[in-house]
Amino acid sequence: MIRACTVDELPPGESVRIAGAPAIAVFHTEAGELYAIDDTCTHQDASLADGWLEGCFVECPLHAAMFDLRTGMPTCLPAKVPVRTYPVLVDDGVVYVQGVAGEDAA
Amino acid sequence: MKRVAVVGASLAGVRAAQELRAQGYDGGIVLIGEERHLPYDRPPLSKAFLAGTASPASLELLDAGDLASLALDFRLGVRATALEPSNRRVLLSDGGSVHADGVVIATGGRARTLPGFEGAFVLRTLDDAVALRAALVPGVRVVVVGAGFIGAEVASTCRSLGLDVVVVEALPAPLAPVLGPELAAVCARLHRDHGTDLRCGVAVAGMSEAGVHLADGSLIPADVVVTGVGMAPATDWLAGSGLPVGNGVHTDAGLATSLPAVVAVGDVARYHADGAGRRHEHWTNASEQAPVAVANLLAGRTTRTYEPSGYVWSDQYSGTLQLAGHPRPDDTLSFVDGDPASSSFVATFQRDGATVGVFALNNAKLFNRLRRQALRRPAAV
Repeated sequence: MIRACTVDELPPGESVRIAGAPAIAVFHTEAGELYAIDDTCTHQDASLADGWLEGCFVECPLHAAMFDLRTGMPTCLPAKVPVRTYPVLVDDGVVYVQGVAGEDAA
Repeated sequence: MKRVAVVGASLAGVRAAQELRAQGYDGGIVLIGEERHLPYDRPPLSKAFLAGTASPASLELLDAGDLASLALDFRLGVRATALEPSNRRVLLSDGGSVHADGVVIATGGRARTLPGFEGAFVLRTLDDAVALRAALVPGVRVVVVGAGFIGAEVASTCRSLGLDVVVVEALPAPLAPVLGPELAAVCARLHRDHGTDLRCGVAVAGMSEAGVHLADGSLIPADVVVTGVGMAPATDWLAGSGLPVGNGVHTDAGLATSLPAVVAVGDVARYHADGAGRRHEHWTNASEQAPVAVANLLAGRTTRTYEPSGYVWSDQYSGTLQLAGHPRPDDTLSFVDGDPASSSFVATFQRDGATVGVFALNNAKLFNRLRRQALRRPAAV
């Protein structure tokens, strides 16, 4: 489990990239849900944390492949391979990503 | 409609097949492809695939699950030779034919060649890329004719392989008619910063074993010559079909041709909007046109019209270039972030007080925000 950021640092509609191997992207949707996925698009090297967040989908900033944050599944070309998803936990105002080893982002 | 023939098995054809299923069509789909290969993605051909870091399998557009769910009847390695509307038939180069109630024309185009450059490499198909890759052995001197996206990407990949590269371009600056002079200068800088010898305003005369001969009589020595001078729409097979085919298959604003139940998508589609015929040769266009063309095909009339996003990207050297909208070279350019000398910047094109285009070098996040805000592109979901 890694510490991503505080809830205050991640307002709805925003995302944060956590460096590491693999890098993780954490999203706070406009509906208030938190999701974490592998940050690197499975199509080509691009940071999904830089992508456009729309509902519970994120669009890759380079080639517009779209991923479902709930499942990691791509919904359109050019991506064909899902990104890994991770459970997110909030404790005492801090956002944690479970199931991944690594150093804290902060 | 019981059977649809999709003629052309690249991105536009695949996207059309996917849209047919997505929009509820459950009849037969025959996918006709001139190449032997299963459908593959072309953008990596000039980059990772040419560099040897992407495998042919990684280019495939459809995985086993897609192939099972789409239930396509493939006719690969055969070319469509004629469309016979009265018989509802597509004739094939192997002597066979396909009877179809609907036809999607997605035949793309062929790489243009230059007189005097017989034997030069071109880059459009997987086989083209395999042949060029084999020629890029250590020590060869490469000359690329044409500094558009393909030429620039090939030059970039050759530099990454450690090869000496000269790029010759007839225009005063690369991509100037698309991007305008200031951004064309940025593209020229990318070449020079990475050790490519870019020569603009140069007319070529031909090639020989010695290299590329210029119109002024001089010679640029070369072991490998690549021409990247655009493409010609593949419409020859439509002669006699009754379809108008000057510079692409002519369609209405909804990609429907003058023949009932025949639509066109991708590089080959020349649609008419606002009184002008337009054709785009980009990945995103091929992908975006499919839902519109298929909806109209299934409706039997034009119910939707095509609104291009104008999105294009190119990876060259250390730069990712992104362009959206429909700028003209005489639009006013303003830098929202960074400046033309930066390694990362975003600029917008203004015309009559409105933003008509967004361009970015290595700044995808801001590019995408501006592209939506300024160009008011509809949501993609």
